[in-house]
Amino acid sequence: MKPPPFHYHAPHTLQDALAIVGEHDNTRLLAGGQSLMPMLNMRLLSPDHLVDINRIPELAGIREDRGGIVIGAMTRQRDIEFSPLIRERLPLLAEAITLVGHRQTRNRGTIGGSICHLDPSAEQPAVAMAMDATLTVASQRGVREIAMRDFALGLMTTALDDNEILTSIRIEPWRSGHGWAFIEYARRHGDFAIVSVAVLLELDAAAKVVRVALTLGGVCPVPLRLREAEKQLLGSALTSANVAKVAEQCAGIDALDDPQVPRWYRRRVAATLLPRAIAIAAERARARDGDS
Amino acid sequence: MNGGEKMISVTVNGQAFTRPVSSRRLLADFLRHDLALTGTHLGCEHGVCGACTVLVDGVSARSCLMLAVQANGCKINTVEGLAPDSGDGEAMHPLQEAFWSRHGLQCGFCTAGILMSLVELLRDVEAPTEEQVRLVLSGHLCRCTGYQNIVAAALEAARSMSAQAR
Amino acid sequence: MMADDQGAADGKHSPRIVGTKAKRIEDRALLRGRGKFLDDIHIDGVLHAAFLRSQHAHARLRAVEVSAARKAPGVVAVFDAQAMRAELTDLRMPLGFPSSTLPANITPFVLSEREVCFVGEAVAMVVATDRYLAEDAVGLIQVDYDPLPAVTDCKSAFENSEPRARSDSPSNVIERVELAYGDIAAAFGPANRQFKESLFIHRGMAHPIEGRGVLARFDDTSSELTVWSSTQMSHELRQVLADLLGMEPDRVRVIAPDVGGGFGAKYLVYPEEIAVAAATRHLRRPVKWVEDRMEHFLSAIQDRDQYWDVEIAADNNGKIQGIRGRMIHDQGAYTPQGINLPYNSVSSLTGPYIVPAYQMSLFVCQTNKPAVIPVRGAGYPQAAFVMERLMDRIARELQIDRVEVRNRNLIPKEKMPYNKQLKSRAGVIAVIDSGDYAACSRKAVDAIDYAGFPSRQDQARATGRYLGLGFAHAVKPTGRGPFESAVVRVTPAGRVVIYTGAMAMGQGLATALAQLCADQLGVPLESIDVSAGDTSRVSLGLGGFASRQAILAGSAVHLASLEVRQKAIKVAQHVLEVAEQDLVLQNGRVEVLGVPSHGISLASIARKLKGSPGYALPPGVKPGLEATSLFQFDAQAFANATHACEVEVDIGTGDVRILRYIGVHDSGRLINPMIAEGQIHGGIVHGIGNSLYEKMRFDEIGQPITTTFADYLLPTATEIPNLEVLFHESPSPTNPLGVKGIGETGTIPVIACVISAVENALGPFNVRIREAPLSPIRILEMIDEGRAQ
Repeated sequence: MKPPPFHYHAPHTLQDALAIVGEHDNTRLLAGGQSLMPMLNMRLLSPDHLVDINRIPELAGIREDRGGIVIGAMTRQRDIEFSPLIRERLPLLAEAITLVGHRQTRNRGTIGGSICHLDPSAEQPAVAMAMDATLTVASQRGVREIAMRDFALGLMTTALDDNEILTSIRIEPWRSGHGWAFIEYARRHGDFAIVSVAVLLELDAAAKVVRVALTLGGVCPVPLRLREAEKQLLGSALTSANVAKVAEQCAGIDALDDPQVPRWYRRRVAATLLPRAIAIAAERARARDGDS
Repeated sequence: MNGGEKMISVTVNGQAFTRPVSSRRLLADFLRHDLALTGTHLGCEHGVCGACTVLVDGVSARSCLMLAVQANGCKINTVEGLAPDSGDGEAMHPLQEAFWSRHGLQCGFCTAGILMSLVELLRDVEAPTEEQVRLVLSGHLCRCTGYQNIVAAALEAARSMSAQAR
Repeated sequence: MMADDQGAADGKHSPRIVGTKAKRIEDRALLRGRGKFLDDIHIDGVLHAAFLRSQHAHARLRAVEVSAARKAPGVVAVFDAQAMRAELTDLRMPLGFPSSTLPANITPFVLSEREVCFVGEAVAMVVATDRYLAEDAVGLIQVDYDPLPAVTDCKSAFENSEPRARSDSPSNVIERVELAYGDIAAAFGPANRQFKESLFIHRGMAHPIEGRGVLARFDDTSSELTVWSSTQMSHELRQVLADLLGMEPDRVRVIAPDVGGGFGAKYLVYPEEIAVAAATRHLRRPVKWVEDRMEHFLSAIQDRDQYWDVEIAADNNGKIQGIRGRMIHDQGAYTPQGINLPYNSVSSLTGPYIVPAYQMSLFVCQTNKPAVIPVRGAGYPQAAFVMERLMDRIARELQIDRVEVRNRNLIPKEKMPYNKQLKSRAGVIAVIDSGDYAACSRKAVDAIDYAGFPSRQDQARATGRYLGLGFAHAVKPTGRGPFESAVVRVTPAGRVVIYTGAMAMGQGLATALAQLCADQLGVPLESIDVSAGDTSRVSLGLGGFASRQAILAGSAVHLASLEVRQKAIKVAQHVLEVAEQDLVLQNGRVEVLGVPSHGISLASIARKLKGSPGYALPPGVKPGLEATSLFQFDAQAFANATHACEVEVDIGTGDVRILRYIGVHDSGRLINPMIAEGQIHGGIVHGIGNSLYEKMRFDEIGQPITTTFADYLLPTATEIPNLEVLFHESPSPTNPLGVKGIGETGTIPVIACVISAVENALGPFNVRIREAPLSPIRILEMIDEGRAQ
């Protein structure tokens, strides 16, 4: 299984990269390569132009900016995994990243590559949706910002135009003392999640929900925020009855359906994992109670 | 049209090479056939089996998922560079010694990739737990050993490397 | 013919290496990346082959247009079926195992000409200067397919005469076998309890991490063809090449390089090997083909589906009275070798148990899928699964403990050798040579703490966790004959070389054989070189399959080494003028006991026996310090195993986690316990794959759905617990070493054991499991079905 022929470009600046994608049709960006290269090797894709953006330093890096965390699109998953800043400010992402593939793929894989590939089972898009990330996208025409919920249009389809490149992801951390949990069910360690659940929680001193985000990955074509359920939980305590009611709503999700993994199974696993994730997040939130 | 040729310079196991490559040539094929370093193997060419794992600038990577042109300017380590240089050429790296003592290989086809991943682990973590070893190994497929003796060999190598360091 | 015949009256020579955990002589080269697997072999000027493979499960081939491909960059030749036919005596492969009952015209074609019958069938071959360009050119070949209906399930192939998987095949059922013994009517009489089960089992593929590969070179000067192949059967490959290329076998040399696993996938002569050799001879240039993983998924052999409808009769004490039923087996579109896989399944069903009456009908059915021949385990795992499900059924229905009901039926040690009343493929009645099944059972029961499990299970349930325990026995005949070859030679430089027709594929063959030789010749392991599977070194050989090498090759090496030893002693006696009983072999010399300085090296003896013109050899001694053995073997040595495991089932996701796994194994005397244990580890993990992870899926028109390692799941280190292996040794009286095979036994009871454990965990939900592998989805479905009742 060898790749088909293509013209190879390795620009050193974002402007050069944008010029190439602006000028040519049938181009593909080569980021970490962990998703693209298998497809090229299997000849599932035949781009005329391959634009290797691994040599553009400005596209990688993790920094704080006006209270938010900005992660360059070409930041390696490995660097996210070992970043003290991420661990402290975005613990949901830190937890999720350890479930992404294997050490060997995280060394090269990038957060931007995963978000743009938008596999329904991927963990990083799920975190981006859970945290209402803002994506910065550049083209020769300029720069625009897109909310994650508007970026993920459908099954492996993003709002990126052919001549655009994702440059960074901005995430506003939840306040110190929040609870979080990212769990998933996969057949083997490192496999894509059949179902993943991301929970973010803020509780008040009376253990009532002040803020909550519930996100399912793997269930729908794009990560699904359970916004109705989130609304219902606001102001309530996380009793087993309340949590059970949230889990029951999984039965009504318009989930992906295929002969290997039928709709009912995704719904059922989501309903199983949601309470578990909420319990973990609640435990973590309570542990930091003294902070607020 | 073979996608055009580029000149690349790479350092492999400490030795510098400059070679022309077709831009679509996989790093694995470049190492194996252009540099005759056939110790690294190809098992799947889609990034799951791990047999092709090498170190690129010190971190493990699937050489079937990299183009040779991407390795331009990089330092690569393969299994051939593991054993220390010694007069009689007989000495082996503690990992290799441990694999030998503990029967950590059977057909040997997946072994090189596993050794490179373990080199990285033992460099980063001095006393890994069994769980940590199994997590690293989860990126590798072995059909022969059932992983048991590989785990034992990794833990033994960690102990012996720790002891040597003291 | 017991195993004490070590030929050393002294008992005082070098410490025995056989039976020890000697480090392998193969390892250092492999660890340093100096192995030479097929694709590691370089020949200047080598060309690379790539195949065009059918995209349809069943279609007429109207036209194959290769002209555009021929003109593509780097392309040297393109062969379609017609061009290939011109190179061969027959476009059709020969049947691997001769049969008087199978119909004609069931084997694959080297390249398909008129009809394609599975997705992946080779239609054309491109030969180019590199693989990248070859694949480009394959993309330029135009094929006009006329799709035909595809047969995608062997049960419907059995039940429906149309559609047929192959147009030239009169029926989808290519073979029917009836096995029977005893009074089955009496067994199923009214006095006995009777239970019916319908079971389905699927076993996936071999997937050695190194795929297939072949490299051929034709020497114009000598008109000899050399073929390197990642194969488990060098001599058979040579014969088939000679036959199809119309060459004398002596002009064809097959060499097996280092082989990166076989597991049955390489125990076959494949169309690609013939095509590459034919291209080499035609082009007079070396040609190499290296299978990629997708090709393995599409065109390497598979193990796949069996449907069993069986009934068991037992008395009120749970003693088996009889078993009867029917099995439908998925053979695939072509039969390249024979039907030994399903035959093994139906003829071995009774396993370690006393079964007074038996009747089984086997229907071998064609489907539009790749060919089926044995993957490691060879049909025995399926039989063990069915038999152990039946035992669990009896236990449940009669309310007898699962281990106890098995104990009541196990063949006792005192009844060995035990006549199984069913014939092996060779037509020989299966006789179990030795084994102590009750002892193995006790060992497993103790190791898993069977007695303490009910309370562990109850405590877990109280916290909403579902633990289960599984238990299974299996028996495997090992040592498929009729013979294996070995040459043992001491060179004048003092090295010992062993040549054998047996084949290495990772199982430590070289070390095991070297250990056997070292014990006889008193030389260090490092001074022994073993070459397996090179047809120019030994003229006859059968290869690596059926867990036969320890017995067959081992015995051959042992006997040849013994002969060399005796020769060396005879010469030393003559030269040193000392009696035989005063001589000892150690450190590569024959020395006088107690006076090590008084001796002669084996190297010197070899030099003497090389002969010089005019000088007589010592009296009664033939030239050459070497011996050849063709060890013949018609019996079977029966290895056995008892497995026990603990699992936890997550009823919210259907996930199964294996918490503990115990394997008690008896493979007779162990040549190298470390290697033996490694074989069991690998076999168990393969079996876990078959239980929970590995399924070759096809859609309703025969398109394979699982074609990458992302879809087809092999277990990794995080899915496997620590494996606890215990050995029991019942030496086999069938061979001079007392050994039994071990390569497959680890795999055989696993599916039965894991499935039994999952069912045990889901007891509260009334779950009955009748299939394997089990996916989490099926587990939740079964829980729902059980709850609904």
